[in-house]
Amino acid sequence: MDFLDYAFMQRALLAAVLVGITAPAVGIYLVQRRQALMGDGIGHVAMTGVGLGFLLSTSPVWMATAVSVLGSILMELIRWYGRTRGDVALAMLFYGGMAGGVMFINLAPGGSNANLTSYLFGSLSTVSQSDVVAICLLAAFVVLVTLGLRRQLFAVSQDEEFARVTGLPVRALNLLTAVTAAVTVTVAMRVVGLLLVSALMVVPVAAAQQLGRSFAATFAIAVAIGVTVTLGGTVTSYYQDVPPGATIVLLTIAAFVVLTALATPLARRRARAAAAAHSAGDPVECAIPATRGAAEEVGA
Amino acid sequence: MTEPLITLRGVRADLGSRPVLRGIDLAVHRGEVVALLGANGSGKSTIVRGIIGQVPPSAGEIKLFGTPLRRFRDWRRVGYVPQRTTAAGGVPATVTEVVSSGRLSRTRFGVLRKADHEAVRRALDMVGLADRAKDSVDALSGGQHQRVLIARALASEPEVLIMDEPMAGVDLASQEVLAGTLRDQVDSGATVLLVLHELGPLEPLIDRAVVLRDGCVLHDGPPPKAVGQHALPGHDHVHPHAADAAPSRTGLLS
Repeated sequence: MDFLDYAFMQRALLAAVLVGITAPAVGIYLVQRRQALMGDGIGHVAMTGVGLGFLLSTSPVWMATAVSVLGSILMELIRWYGRTRGDVALAMLFYGGMAGGVMFINLAPGGSNANLTSYLFGSLSTVSQSDVVAICLLAAFVVLVTLGLRRQLFAVSQDEEFARVTGLPVRALNLLTAVTAAVTVTVAMRVVGLLLVSALMVVPVAAAQQLGRSFAATFAIAVAIGVTVTLGGTVTSYYQDVPPGATIVLLTIAAFVVLTALATPLARRRARAAAAAHSAGDPVECAIPATRGAAEEVGA
Repeated sequence: MTEPLITLRGVRADLGSRPVLRGIDLAVHRGEVVALLGANGSGKSTIVRGIIGQVPPSAGEIKLFGTPLRRFRDWRRVGYVPQRTTAAGGVPATVTEVVSSGRLSRTRFGVLRKADHEAVRRALDMVGLADRAKDSVDALSGGQHQRVLIARALASEPEVLIMDEPMAGVDLASQEVLAGTLRDQVDSGATVLLVLHELGPLEPLIDRAVVLRDGCVLHDGPPPKAVGQHALPGHDHVHPHAADAAPSRTGLLS
């Protein structure tokens, strides 16, 4: 455990844990509303913020936060008003954000695409003291929202139309989800990088779905997976000299594959037991769990 | 006469440039069970979606409990069952978790207290799913999904229940359970507005049928009698429910 003696590793591990918690915590709501790739889009937009940070000689983390929050609000507005042409508008926003980042960073004095690389793929060992402060504050916000408002966010992500009839402020909650996702992207930017952020938001949730039957359990498992892979990836990269961001993402995907392999026979047995238990009372319906099981196998 | 719980006066609505509702007048009084009937595309779902504020009317007025819709905030008095074939989202959730979200309108800051958990349990009891409370909704059949959606609406103990095709895609056995649930609600004085494709097993509960055609009210009064093969006992009414499907005759209009 000699890596704990280095200040840069302490900072890296702290940042990694916070990302391991926050990314799946927001990601689960995105997956629930079937917007799994929203984090990826925000990551693209955040590049403009990083570029602006260099150009204006301000903190790239805070600038990226500001720009990705604006971008996420814009994405949410496009979702409301641009139902039919929404995807084209989103594509323009994503690639505009990426091009803007490259443009601004090259306009900055002494700036080049090389500066961008550490933000695109993460650069855990260069996380500074001020980065850690920013990451802690932003992570606290994300945890507060995703846990404190879990029932409201669950309702809105599960069935937006119904949530409106329960009197929930659906638009405000949607905006809050988008903003929280944007904040998470910038939290994770230094750890796994903007291009790999979305993987940490989505894959731990997908892996947890293989085991969890309830939303609460899926949430807890996803966060546990997130923390495990971010810590594991960080430590691995210390000993093996491999890039931490890529290591973390590959570990996450490995976790997904292993859990899926373990869970598929489990789910099949569960479905068969459920079918047997309920077929007596519901003769018309007993065929349905079987077909669901088949669909899961195909999906896995 | 007391103020109706739901009032529509001269309501028009468009989807894109196509007029869907062309001057609807409708009042639902306390304790009434009103069915909206009509072919696909006749506007019956649009009326319901207008009442819950999902489709803004281009003209006319909608009131809930005597309050104009845009100022109405007392949503705990309204239970809504949207037209869905599934209660599941992109992430696994238990029956209790889904039904609990129906209780949010009665909570402060989304904190469920003991009384709220009990209300959720009662709602599950009413639809006969108490034994599946901890199961994932993914493991349920089509009819059970519909029962979860109804339990979710009942969880807030609403005064008026609004349902959009609660019988769509539900097998006969579950239809009987749903009819029983609805009968209990009606017996305890609930007001119900529901969109139906055909009266089916709910027929004895319906006080009034409002038949629509092309966005206009064609008939408002006692439920019309089913004719032809639709009147046969055990007739299973199966046809596409997609919005773009060819308009099919319900037998009530032809």
